[in-house]
Amino acid sequence: MATETVTSGAVAAIGTTGVSRFAGILSALRRSPAGFIGFLIVAFLVLVTAIGPFFTPTVEPNVKEILLPLGSPGHLLGTDNEGKDVLIQMIDGGRSVIFIGFLAAAISTALAIVLGSLAAYLGGWVDSAVVTAADVVLTVPQIVLLAVLGALFKLDSPFLLAVLVGGLSWPVLTRAVRSQVLSLKEREFVEAARLLDLGTARVVFVEILPNMASFILMNFMIGVTNAIYSLVGLYLLGLAPLTGSNWGIMLNRAWIAGAIFNDASLGFILSPVVAIVLLLLGLVMMTRSLEEILNPRLRDR
Amino acid sequence: MSGAVDPPAQQLIEGPADEPRPSAARRFFSAWLVRRLAKAVLTVFLVSTLTFFLVRLLPGNPVDTYIQTQIAQTGISYDDAAAQAKNLFSLDPDEPLILQYVQYMANLLQGDFGTSLLSPGTTVAQVIQTYLPWTLFSVGIAQILSFVIGIVAGMIMAYRRESWIDHLLTSVGSLLHAIPNYIVAILIVVFLGVKLQVFNLTEARGSYTPGVEPSFSLYFLNDILYHATLPILAYLLTTVGSWALVMKSSTVETLGEDYVTVARARGLTDGRIRAGYVGRNAVLPLFSQLAVSLGFVVGGSIFVEKIFGYQGIGYSLYNAVSGRDYPVLQGIFLVVTISVVVANLLADVLYSRLDPRIRVGGKAKG
Repeated sequence: MATETVTSGAVAAIGTTGVSRFAGILSALRRSPAGFIGFLIVAFLVLVTAIGPFFTPTVEPNVKEILLPLGSPGHLLGTDNEGKDVLIQMIDGGRSVIFIGFLAAAISTALAIVLGSLAAYLGGWVDSAVVTAADVVLTVPQIVLLAVLGALFKLDSPFLLAVLVGGLSWPVLTRAVRSQVLSLKEREFVEAARLLDLGTARVVFVEILPNMASFILMNFMIGVTNAIYSLVGLYLLGLAPLTGSNWGIMLNRAWIAGAIFNDASLGFILSPVVAIVLLLLGLVMMTRSLEEILNPRLRDR
Repeated sequence: MSGAVDPPAQQLIEGPADEPRPSAARRFFSAWLVRRLAKAVLTVFLVSTLTFFLVRLLPGNPVDTYIQTQIAQTGISYDDAAAQAKNLFSLDPDEPLILQYVQYMANLLQGDFGTSLLSPGTTVAQVIQTYLPWTLFSVGIAQILSFVIGIVAGMIMAYRRESWIDHLLTSVGSLLHAIPNYIVAILIVVFLGVKLQVFNLTEARGSYTPGVEPSFSLYFLNDILYHATLPILAYLLTTVGSWALVMKSSTVETLGEDYVTVARARGLTDGRIRAGYVGRNAVLPLFSQLAVSLGFVVGGSIFVEKIFGYQGIGYSLYNAVSGRDYPVLQGIFLVVTISVVVANLLADVLYSRLDPRIRVGGKAKG
């Protein structure tokens, strides 16, 4: 890969308008094989699970077709312990997981950027308040609190789940953003901007934040990854309502039915496993190449 | 930091209002430590209060629910049901809320979390004493292994960038980083346990073989390590990838710093630059993540321990959640949170020792 093209991609990516930045990311992604593959995987899964359900027939339990193996005629991925087709459930079951994951990550990333950078830059009571709040929320193990909440209340709305997961996962990134800004704000260009009296918002969001764009983007993806992790985990343990069907609920049913100990139900247990791993892997691959491309410092040497 | 920065530059960084007394570095650190301790106490206090609100105040809270079900199921009077609830939850539902709250806090201070609903006669403190050490044991070993392996792998990747070993380790790291711990646990069960029969899953359940006396013998150590192998493997596999990737990024960033170029220009040996200049600085950001990661892994024990049947705190938490054993739930939640608070405190103290800039930041925020 030629250095010039990478640099131009990075320059486009750190452009000032939203459009050129997005286009820059896309064109940069195409140049990084791993990132492009990751992007394709995520795009494929998003498209199939968003559009697919309009074309799939309703799955009905069928006692005559319980636990058919992989590759059975008419049931490519076999059937589950109730005789329902696994492939159709896979297509129907990704939507809510992906949607809640991205929504939760968007919520936590937005919170983290604003809180973290303002805390570090302003210092004083703002910093104390944000750090204390972050410490409190951060030290509460998210999965444990979600499990407790799941035991106490019915977490039956996707929005509620996204708000809960997103509202609990801002502290990691907030602290990271804060410590980055803490060291960035001592650099000369920030001093210069402050001496020019450009105003807090401009210094923080225009001078400091673009230096950590890759970092934030990476953390948004990590946020999606973590949200999907929490979410599927909640479903797996049966702590989120098990109505309807999604990949997490399939895992839960496979697990409850003892499918992990049963050789015949390999397709039933491995299908959601593979889908979740592919989705998360795609996100991580995208993240990593974006990180390298957006941050020329990672490439130069 | 005294003498490291000349006064005018110091003013620019700190702002004129917060000019530190240069001679007071030692005094300042102890004050920082006091503040940090106060924050830890505040965190525990806030989380306990939150728990009280969850358990006692919100509609459909477990105390009211318990009283209602007792009256509905056994036909006892409200007073009897309330008396039972008082015993179980260690708070008296008939007292004014503020008194209940004070009582609850006083009980917590004495380590009294109430009594288990599912196994009557067992206090929550006993449940925690039985299960928590196993989780700390398995998670602790996994964390140390994972951190060390991750750092070494990350530095190798950064130093051998664009070589086959970088590509290999990066791919493996991304893959491991992407896979949730419960999926790894399920895959271990499916492939190592059922398909290949490498590991006897039934034998490995529990935290030690029934009948073996806990003691400080080599035999017992061997036994508990055997039972902890699969959980440790699952934790290790799911955390080592992210440590390696973060360390790689951090090392690559550090390699570009001027002081590394200067060190090279001065003709220092590669080994000295690697350990003293690059490694030490690159690993700094990772320390601040260590405690966070610990909380994450302990939280993840609810999945891993349940899937392997390893009887630690996650296992009992799952049982408490599915059996709606609220006192145990509340107790475990608090104890796990307090463990993470303490871990965070230690990590912060360590981090501030290693990176004085953070203490400067702490001073500036006043």
